[in-house]
Amino acid sequence: MNGGLDDLYREVILDHHRSPRGASKLAAPDLEAEGRNPSCGDEVALQVAFDGDRIADVAVLTRGCAIATASGSILAELATGRTLAEIADLAELFRAHMRGDVADLPEDLDSGDLEVLSGVRKFPARVKCALLPWLTALEALQAREQGRAAEVSTTEV
Amino acid sequence: MSAERFRLPAPAGVEPCAGQEGDCIRCGGLFPERFPVLGRRVNGRDLVYLDSAATTQKPEAVIAAQARYYRRHNANVHRGMHALATEATDLYEACRRRVALLLGVSRPEQIVITGGTTASLNLAAFGLQHLLRPGDEILLTEMEHHANLVPWIALARREGLLLRHLPVDAGGELDLGVLPDLLTDRTRIVSLAHVSNVLGTVNPVAEIAEAAHRRGAVVVADAAQSVGHLPVDFADLGVDLLAFSAHKAYGPMGLGFLAGTPDILDRLEPVEFGGEMIDRVGLDEATWAEVPQRFEAGTPNVAAAAAFPAALDLIDEAGLERIRTHEMQLTGYAFDVLRRFDDLTVHGPDDPARRGGLVAFHDERVHAHDLAQLLDARGVAVRAGHHCAQPLHARLGVTATARASFGLYNSHDDIDAMADAIAYAREVFA
Repeated sequence: MNGGLDDLYREVILDHHRSPRGASKLAAPDLEAEGRNPSCGDEVALQVAFDGDRIADVAVLTRGCAIATASGSILAELATGRTLAEIADLAELFRAHMRGDVADLPEDLDSGDLEVLSGVRKFPARVKCALLPWLTALEALQAREQGRAAEVSTTEV
Repeated sequence: MSAERFRLPAPAGVEPCAGQEGDCIRCGGLFPERFPVLGRRVNGRDLVYLDSAATTQKPEAVIAAQARYYRRHNANVHRGMHALATEATDLYEACRRRVALLLGVSRPEQIVITGGTTASLNLAAFGLQHLLRPGDEILLTEMEHHANLVPWIALARREGLLLRHLPVDAGGELDLGVLPDLLTDRTRIVSLAHVSNVLGTVNPVAEIAEAAHRRGAVVVADAAQSVGHLPVDFADLGVDLLAFSAHKAYGPMGLGFLAGTPDILDRLEPVEFGGEMIDRVGLDEATWAEVPQRFEAGTPNVAAAAAFPAALDLIDEAGLERIRTHEMQLTGYAFDVLRRFDDLTVHGPDDPARRGGLVAFHDERVHAHDLAQLLDARGVAVRAGHHCAQPLHARLGVTATARASFGLYNSHDDIDAMADAIAYAREVFA
């Protein structure tokens, strides 16, 4: 591939896109949130089921491009077994990284396939695709903490 | 993979455009050499520009005319006694006369110069606001661009109006069967696209306008996708107001027009206030200038107005009928080429004669954004997304489509290059 596309469509990303993790709707979610990307029409629905404080099961249902789908799949993979607060911390870090405020993700970070999305930073127009599921997760947490219904998240901030 | 693989004969039933080599399929497009940007390379490949519905490229003559304006004439219009101000005013008013000629409008005063189609449609909507009462109805269609939807939504919210929408049928055409039910004695305004920016459908504006006028409604046409691409005659369309942009017709950005009948322009209220649009001003009161100056507050884009006639010269030289035939050829060919891919749906009417020069499609294997990105790597520029028509995409059951749209400069080779790039994108995603 040329035009730096190797960094965008890395095999790991394409694999997540072909068989996204957490793609099955949950029967009884404890928490639900939606995200939308108004400029391109991508949509994500996030569902979380808890076991105590920890995330027992998660669904990230994406109607969008390969980058958004893969990013949601990576989120689903990372979320299981963690607390929502841990995921929110990771989401904050990932957002700062994708927006260029943090150059590298910490090496000791147990962030699974998240680092493969770093290549998306070379394509500013696609950063919002990678961020959509994560910003949706952040809003879900904030809404839960504040005891309100989650608003529809958008990446246009 | 060779582009030859996708080379098909020209579609049957559409006349060749009689381009430079006579036969449309080998004509190489009309005057591509006059558009400097088309000589560019993108990502190591020759640019194949298929996004003219978003904005057309500009011929050298337009670029030169705009530069010449700033080099020789730059001054504000309608307010100076010096030579430059007179020249700037002449150029600005010459553009108005030229657009009147283009649309077959007899009086140049019927042409309001604006910043673009969106500004024109906002002027139409809010200029008519004073004629509306709570409970009045506005009829739009399901295929409108946000520019011809959101101003009406905002107006409806302010005035307590009811919006109705003419539905789109499975073939991508307006369902005129329900028009009599949707036109009621409360319908005050009917506003619709002449050519859909997604489906490509050429709507029967004249027929709808006639029915709407029988109900006493004001009819507005969004001609952003038709002017410069097919013959558009204001009187033939039979509408009261017609909006379009220069930049989709080979002209500069930041310039648009609202053509109107003398009667409706007299009833339209200004929506922007300030210099240029007044007759007399006191500290507590003001009266408006005549039509059309009363709608042109502030300093307009004189440079763009000075340059647009050069675009219209090129359109005249090519001939609108020939441009239309050429774009129909390209559209029919794109349809034939795209239909050879499995799991790919082309939206809108099948018949190129019922379409403008664009094709939007949905590829089940590669999402539109990924497709556009991978095509860009091959130098092929298409648009992906909802094309500012979210309700229509909801109606089609998709969140995004890819769209290839044509200008007079495009050739059958451009479509072959696109097909080649789609095959490549599908390999990446296989």
